[in-house]
Amino acid sequence: MTMIFGVPLAVLSGQLLIGVINGAFYALLSLGLAVIFGLLKIINFAHGAMYMLGAMATVILFDALGVNYWVALFLAPLLVGVFGMLVEYFLLRRIAGQDHIYSLLLTFGIALLVQGVLTNLYGVSGLRYAMPDMFKGGINLGFMFLPYYRAWVIGVALLVCFGTWFMIEKTKLGAYLRAGTEDAQLMQGFGVNVPLLVSLTYGFGVMLAAFAGVLAAPIYSVTPVMGSHILIVVFAVVVIGGMGSIGGAIITGVLMGVIEGLTKTFYPPASSAVIFLVMVVVLMVRPTGLFGKEA
Amino acid sequence: MTMMKKLLTSAVASALMVGGAQADISDNTIKIGYLADMSGTYRDLAGPNGLAALNMAVEDFGGKVNGAKIEVVSADDRNSPDVASSTVRRWLENDDVDLVAGLVASSVSIAVSDILEENDKLGIVSGSAASSITNEHCTPNHIHYVYDTYPLANGTASAVVKEGGKSWFILTADYAFGHALESDVTRVVEANGGEVIGTLRHPFPTPDFSSFILQAQASGADVVALANAGADTTNAINTASEFGITQSGQTLAALLLFLTDVHALGVEAAQGIQLTTGWYWDMNDETRAWSDRFMEKTGVRPTMVHAGIYSSTLQYLKAVEATGSDDAQTVRKHMMETPINDMFAKNGRIRADGRMVHDMYLAEVKTPAESKSEWDLYKILRTIPADEAYRPLSESKCPLVSSK
Repeated sequence: MTMIFGVPLAVLSGQLLIGVINGAFYALLSLGLAVIFGLLKIINFAHGAMYMLGAMATVILFDALGVNYWVALFLAPLLVGVFGMLVEYFLLRRIAGQDHIYSLLLTFGIALLVQGVLTNLYGVSGLRYAMPDMFKGGINLGFMFLPYYRAWVIGVALLVCFGTWFMIEKTKLGAYLRAGTEDAQLMQGFGVNVPLLVSLTYGFGVMLAAFAGVLAAPIYSVTPVMGSHILIVVFAVVVIGGMGSIGGAIITGVLMGVIEGLTKTFYPPASSAVIFLVMVVVLMVRPTGLFGKEA
Repeated sequence: MTMMKKLLTSAVASALMVGGAQADISDNTIKIGYLADMSGTYRDLAGPNGLAALNMAVEDFGGKVNGAKIEVVSADDRNSPDVASSTVRRWLENDDVDLVAGLVASSVSIAVSDILEENDKLGIVSGSAASSITNEHCTPNHIHYVYDTYPLANGTASAVVKEGGKSWFILTADYAFGHALESDVTRVVEANGGEVIGTLRHPFPTPDFSSFILQAQASGADVVALANAGADTTNAINTASEFGITQSGQTLAALLLFLTDVHALGVEAAQGIQLTTGWYWDMNDETRAWSDRFMEKTGVRPTMVHAGIYSSTLQYLKAVEATGSDDAQTVRKHMMETPINDMFAKNGRIRADGRMVHDMYLAEVKTPAESKSEWDLYKILRTIPADEAYRPLSESKCPLVSSK
């Protein structure tokens, strides 16, 4: 058997694939953060909470109303998106134009509130959510057993990432968005409803987080604190990619998944630190991040 | 002038307190401080419902012991030894707290035990797992109730090896508790003729276990053991079932599982898993009666930690009642001399190292067909007698034992 640094090639291929799957997940989450920061200049510390709300909504909708996975895939992000727009309209709007630290503190506070209320209602042990029947089982790839659900996650996550990038960078709507945040007054003068555009952008960003939450529901423990763990990692991904760079967030997300996966194979205890190590190195060499525009 | 007066009064007051402590209850109040994780990872296994269990014991005494009022205060330690230390210091030094109860994260319990010893006050650890709490870290000021890593390894690992699981791969949470469990398990596996062919230390917490499960699968071991807790364990079990660990012929052994974890996993995902527990709500009429009372207050069934918090508080109050004192050493001595017989334990006893030893149980999670209701989760396979379950005093590193 071919060995690479003492690890059989078959095992390594499996780990690489797992890395790409987790990377797709990171990409989806950091994409929403990058959209919100890139277009609105809001440091959204509530992003983890929105991810958690997406997952919790999936479980609660199923338990209370019998809403199935496929419907939840649309409905849960929509509900969370509306919640996000309300947050933007009633709270974030009031501190627009202030220093970044204000939006950071406000969104962090919102995250703690949402997390606290749900912890009181549902506890922290986790809610049960059964894997949809059609995803049960998996396929033997020769070098590893790939559960169908993981294959679905990687496909749909990358599709959504690409779609979002395309919409913002290549379409007229995206151009409006970018122009609206560049010079709001001018766009207003052209008859574009900028405040609505801002609400929609924030709503869309948190919808992406909630969508990742729905994808997570069948495979991870759904608890009110699930978002707080992942938030910091995702922030590191965005910083490495370059704050606000949408393509950068996607590529970095996948890349970090792979690097983390390799660390999990060669030296597991460092696997939660490796992303931050990369972040430190990148910030020293390129303070604007891998794909960030020079300030 | 006022400064001088203050100094004098406090000197007189403390002289009175020191003098009176041996014989009676200081300031005619028994104050219990409940310290636990009230909002984080360990909330459900103790947390606010543990406080409810503690209050049930206070209720049983009618809120008074020997005419002295029983007062309960509580705080969230946020699983941080720093937060816990400053809270307990304030409680003991300024607020006249007599007993610190709850105590969940092992790191918190170890930090708090030092402060208890400094102030010569009593603490009862109900939620922590590390067996070092009454071994290297033993003090004359704390008691460890409910369970620890030693019987967890003993109960589950020896049962699985005897069923033919000879080669083991251990997934360990990379901190004190995980390391303690890993070494206890390795000892038991090897003593029973098995072999540990691989260990993997994962960061705490780990949200995604797929990479680790894949490595465990590739190891070809008979048994994949989880030396972790809480969300790490439930995540690992879910991922293991997704990647078909058991279908490929490997056995999954979870070394620390609480009722709340199994409830969260559901019998579908958790069926057949063997675990060691210090108590189960559905064992006999006594446990069921108490659990009904608990459920009325909290809406859920109690974990072994909830039951232990109730039982240990009850035993403490009984000792205060019998000795008429709230002095830590007087009360602890009485508790050590009195066998524990209540709905939690039969013939339990507190040893010189502070370890409360009692029978433990090897349980198996029921199948969906066997489980009749939401909380009908375990069947008890075997009772592990107290002396077989816990670390024998002859192996103890606690200085209190050798000086005995």
